[in-house]
Amino acid sequence: MRAAHVLHLGIKEFRSLWRDPVMLFLIAYVFTFSVYTRATAMPETLNKAPIAIVDEDRSPLSLRIIGAFYPPYFMPPRVIHQAEMDARMDAGLDTFALDIPPDFQRDVLAGRTPTIQLNVDATRMSQAFTGSGYVQHIVDDEVRAFVTRYRAVTEPRVGLALRARFNPELNKSWFAAIMAIISEVTMLSIVLTGAALIREREHGTVEHLLVMPVTPLEIMLGKVWSMGLVVLVAATLSLVFVVGEWLQVPLQGSLALFVAGSAVHLFATTSMGIFLGTIARSMPQFGLLLMLVLLPLQMLSGATTPRESMPEIVQVLMLAAPNTQFVMLAQGILYRGAGFGIVWPQFLALAGIGTVLFTLALARFRRSLATLA
Amino acid sequence: MTDAARATVARLAGIGLDYGRVRALDDIELAVPAGQLVGLIGPDGVGKSSLLALIAGARKIQRGRIEVLGGDLASARHRRAVCPRIAYMPQGLGKNLYPTLSVQENLDFFARLFGHDGGERVRRIEALTRATGLFPFLGRPAGKLSGGMKQKLGLCCALIHDPDLLILDEPTTGVDPLSRRQFWELIGRVRAGRPGMSVLVATAYMEEAERFDWLVAMDAGRILARGTPRELRAQGGGDSLEAAFIGLLPEQRRRDHRPVAIPPRAGDGAIAIEARDLTMKVGDFTAVDRVSFRIHAGEIFGFIGSNGCGKTTTMKMLTGLLPPSAGEARLFGQPVDPHDLATRHRVGYMSQSFSLYTELSVRQNLELHARLFEVAAAEIPARVQEVAARFGLADALDKLPGALPLGVRQRLSLAVAMIHRPEMLILDEPTSGVDPVARDAFWNALGELSRRDGVTIFISTHFMNEAERCDRISLMHAGQVLAVGTPAELTRQRGVATLEDAFIAHLEEAAATADGASADPPAVTAASGPEPGAVAAGGWRRRFDPRRMASYARREALELMRDPIRLTLALVGNALLMLVMGYGITLDVEDLSFAVLDHDQTTVSRDYVLNLAGSRYFREQPPLADYDELDRRMRAGTLGLALEIPAGFARDLDRGRPVEIGAWIDGAMPTRAETIRSYVQGMHAHWLAAKARATGRGAALAPPATVEVRFRYNPDVKSLVAMVPAVIPLLLMLIPAMLATLAVVREKELGSITNFYVTPTTPLEFLLGKQAPYIALSMLSFLLLAAMAVTVFGVPVSGSFAALFCGALLYVGAATALGLLISVFMRSQIAALFATAVLTLLPAAEYSGMIEPVSALEGPGRVLGQIYPTTHFLVIARGTYSKALGFGDLGGAFLPLLLAVPILIALAALLLKKQET
Repeated sequence: MRAAHVLHLGIKEFRSLWRDPVMLFLIAYVFTFSVYTRATAMPETLNKAPIAIVDEDRSPLSLRIIGAFYPPYFMPPRVIHQAEMDARMDAGLDTFALDIPPDFQRDVLAGRTPTIQLNVDATRMSQAFTGSGYVQHIVDDEVRAFVTRYRAVTEPRVGLALRARFNPELNKSWFAAIMAIISEVTMLSIVLTGAALIREREHGTVEHLLVMPVTPLEIMLGKVWSMGLVVLVAATLSLVFVVGEWLQVPLQGSLALFVAGSAVHLFATTSMGIFLGTIARSMPQFGLLLMLVLLPLQMLSGATTPRESMPEIVQVLMLAAPNTQFVMLAQGILYRGAGFGIVWPQFLALAGIGTVLFTLALARFRRSLATLA
Repeated sequence: MTDAARATVARLAGIGLDYGRVRALDDIELAVPAGQLVGLIGPDGVGKSSLLALIAGARKIQRGRIEVLGGDLASARHRRAVCPRIAYMPQGLGKNLYPTLSVQENLDFFARLFGHDGGERVRRIEALTRATGLFPFLGRPAGKLSGGMKQKLGLCCALIHDPDLLILDEPTTGVDPLSRRQFWELIGRVRAGRPGMSVLVATAYMEEAERFDWLVAMDAGRILARGTPRELRAQGGGDSLEAAFIGLLPEQRRRDHRPVAIPPRAGDGAIAIEARDLTMKVGDFTAVDRVSFRIHAGEIFGFIGSNGCGKTTTMKMLTGLLPPSAGEARLFGQPVDPHDLATRHRVGYMSQSFSLYTELSVRQNLELHARLFEVAAAEIPARVQEVAARFGLADALDKLPGALPLGVRQRLSLAVAMIHRPEMLILDEPTSGVDPVARDAFWNALGELSRRDGVTIFISTHFMNEAERCDRISLMHAGQVLAVGTPAELTRQRGVATLEDAFIAHLEEAAATADGASADPPAVTAASGPEPGAVAAGGWRRRFDPRRMASYARREALELMRDPIRLTLALVGNALLMLVMGYGITLDVEDLSFAVLDHDQTTVSRDYVLNLAGSRYFREQPPLADYDELDRRMRAGTLGLALEIPAGFARDLDRGRPVEIGAWIDGAMPTRAETIRSYVQGMHAHWLAAKARATGRGAALAPPATVEVRFRYNPDVKSLVAMVPAVIPLLLMLIPAMLATLAVVREKELGSITNFYVTPTTPLEFLLGKQAPYIALSMLSFLLLAAMAVTVFGVPVSGSFAALFCGALLYVGAATALGLLISVFMRSQIAALFATAVLTLLPAAEYSGMIEPVSALEGPGRVLGQIYPTTHFLVIARGTYSKALGFGDLGGAFLPLLLAVPILIALAALLLKKQET
């Protein structure tokens, strides 16, 4: 292997990409507007949850409870009849329906501990589960505050001081912005190397390279470093300008360390792209394969739902996916300000995964070149 | 109509065409006589193909006016009207054919497009294939036919609807001389059967053009001359058309022309290339069969044969690109070793297709190759200058190869192959389509290399006049070498006048021994039917004809069936993804790790910790010793929660003094942090209540009211019940959209889209026809997913299955329509693939309410979520699966889908161009 060949083959890849305006546009798009949209779309904690209240009590207390739900956490509550409740929930108009029973206030004051029924649309996933906690909390607070005006209540003497570290307000856009960059990095690096390889094969230019004194290893390394660099630069610019400046997300930790981690991740994903490119025989097949690989990578990496929400076996298996390691690495550095002393296991894992993928891809690439004609 | 008008089939006035900044056609004035065999002659890239595409209506007119068959071709109305009377066969072997479909299926597709009914189709297909000798091969896939047979099939496809104007773009390029002769005999018989038919042909073979009725000679986007072959020869002043053509060229083009003069060779040198029984087998097909020959150093050795006869494969084996199945290849006396990169430094190779990087400039291409061949860095600029000067590239150094005429590009390829001063050049059809002046210049350069520099040249070609310039040639056909010798010897041995005749004699002999069937000339005189006009009569609808749509749908379905990998990926892939996602994502977040910094270390503090550790939500990690450790472990992300119990906790609690427990949550992932927060709050309250009860103060701590939470539709809060209805919409968006997008863009990239341009198919018929098989496939996928939901996941549809099915049908309709809409904007498959991934993956997974309801989203993501089809099908899926709903309750979700399908399709149909622009 000669470094000069790898260098020149990589420069050739740059020049090819530079003359492809559609691809350049798409790259710019995914690292700017796409990141911005994804970051801003995610609501801050609970947002505009639709709630309906059936008020069978019509007392000052029930009015007080109704008045306690307001934007931005909740939509202004709709006071409805009990008969409407089911239909509205069926139609998906409300996520929550609170049913305040008759004589509620009287029972509260009499110390009879009445029960308010909260109906939750469980199909609404995260909103349903986060929101029901909020609703319970709000009802509880209002009732207690109401009661204290009439009789003394023993406050719990053991307080719980809850603080969220690294993102004190649990701002979801901070999270979404970085995760958006991560998923774009993965998708782009696979497409740029894999689809480009198929295109070269369809246009016969790979074959041309083979008559020259270059080895498959050099060809592959040329693609890996050049396309990896393109994605790396785009992702870094996006992190600094779109996430840092435009979205005003405070980034912890060392940017250089994160860039280094991304580089190792890209080594793994670009190799994966070439690997997929050698498996697929045509672009439509590659398209399907891409979907098959990207979706689990993205959904199970811990960037969409917490890893703790996955079965043990999936958690373990996904440790072998570069995305999972990269998500851990990025969260460690960018949110928790972790240094290399803390995230080195992810570096090591990524390098290991990358080496395995690269070796597999190289073996397949060699074989596919041998049978090219 | 005047006599002059009647005698003209096409009339062009002031026609101009630009590709970007390149002028392809410039102010063309032409009247094409009707009922004749009219030839367009000239090298590649002079505008012949563009002109033919314009006349066929396949390309949009930029400037000027074209009248074809008595009407203005700029009018879409006239194009629709005359379209069934024109047949167009684009350039390239089998470019408008579908390689995975059989001969019969290809013909059937075209016959259906022109509205022939079943019996008529069978009759026409039989008549045409018998006439062309393709009848025995009806079941063979078009991709597996030889070049000559592909062209005959292309002709059959063009003739299936009895056109009045037949347009053939280089139908015989790359076809062996015997097939070429048969092809022209066939055209002759067809014309005899339909005397009124006009035929317009482009060709690069001047000797073919000698037999045409009327010729148009073109160069550089302009017409040089027009007239009968005799008139052209007279104008150009040459015995042959080729010489006449050179004579017709403008003075400045002609100035540099030197007739090819290669001095005789001095005598045989050492053996440079040797092939010994080289054999290449692919499966049960023998591509190259025991080929043996020797080439001496400094010799020009020609390899003559048709496309697909094994020339390229043999050359690849000789260069070590391809390991032979049997036999041996030797270069410079050494066996070829694919791993020995040293031999590659001694060989220059120029492949058949122009395979230089079109994105790099001429200089960049030369420099790249110089570097890869390890020319010393200091020498590179001088070397680039040297080859640029030698091959006349000095003026073009900073241009892109795509903007150069073909002849210049060929010289660039040769320059690239020569940049490292190899001892041997292997040239695979280097002069296809190059104009005669450039070709002669190229041959002069070869002669100089061979005679002056002693470079061994191994060249393949299908031009006979080039073959005659070689020192020795080898005739190749169907993987075998038929004869080797000097051109003169070969002609003499056969006792014929020309090398072409000698080759044909060899071919006929080979064909006779192979199979006698194709040899005898077919007896059918007219390929077309006795009832012309029957087409137009049969209830023909111009705007939208379901039969044409069905024809496209049928063909697309057949192609899909022939690609089992794609089919399997689409079906099994979705099932696999459902398994992964269904089992992979659950809503219950369990086993969150936490650790305690316990300053108290009493039974009470232990009890508090056990309250958490004992639940299924938390898993206790080794305790924390100090704040540093707390900080470090939280930064490493190994702790979701850290608790700090203050010193004196048990004592203060006992004495009723207020105490506070500190809890730090890892906020890096906000959703997880919120879950942790609610768990901790709940368990804290639970512990307090238990403590109070234990100490007999339960009544005082009892809450004034309780909230009873009922999780509707999924009372046990089971993840699968919530996930399955959410995953189905996601999967039914991604893969169907991808399939539909690439189905169209692939045709654009590979060229078969021309069939849509030149047949009476409307955009709507084309799109709906392409969409139908993918809707069917996606519905199959849907049924598979729905079955998996019940059998594997145990999640049945509690509401109306009919509603779910209809919703799914509309939804995959919308997903494929979205794919079609994306495809309209894309030219390359790679961009289409990327765009589809970007436009489906994110909106479907993030903005459609799968995790977070659309009503809770903000900004552009929310707007996208509200109009995106996935949002609405998600409501239907959740309604029918979890909420026991039916049509009546879900009207609000059906309406947007009902609107989306026609809107997306209509947009795509409006934006899809019926002509190439």
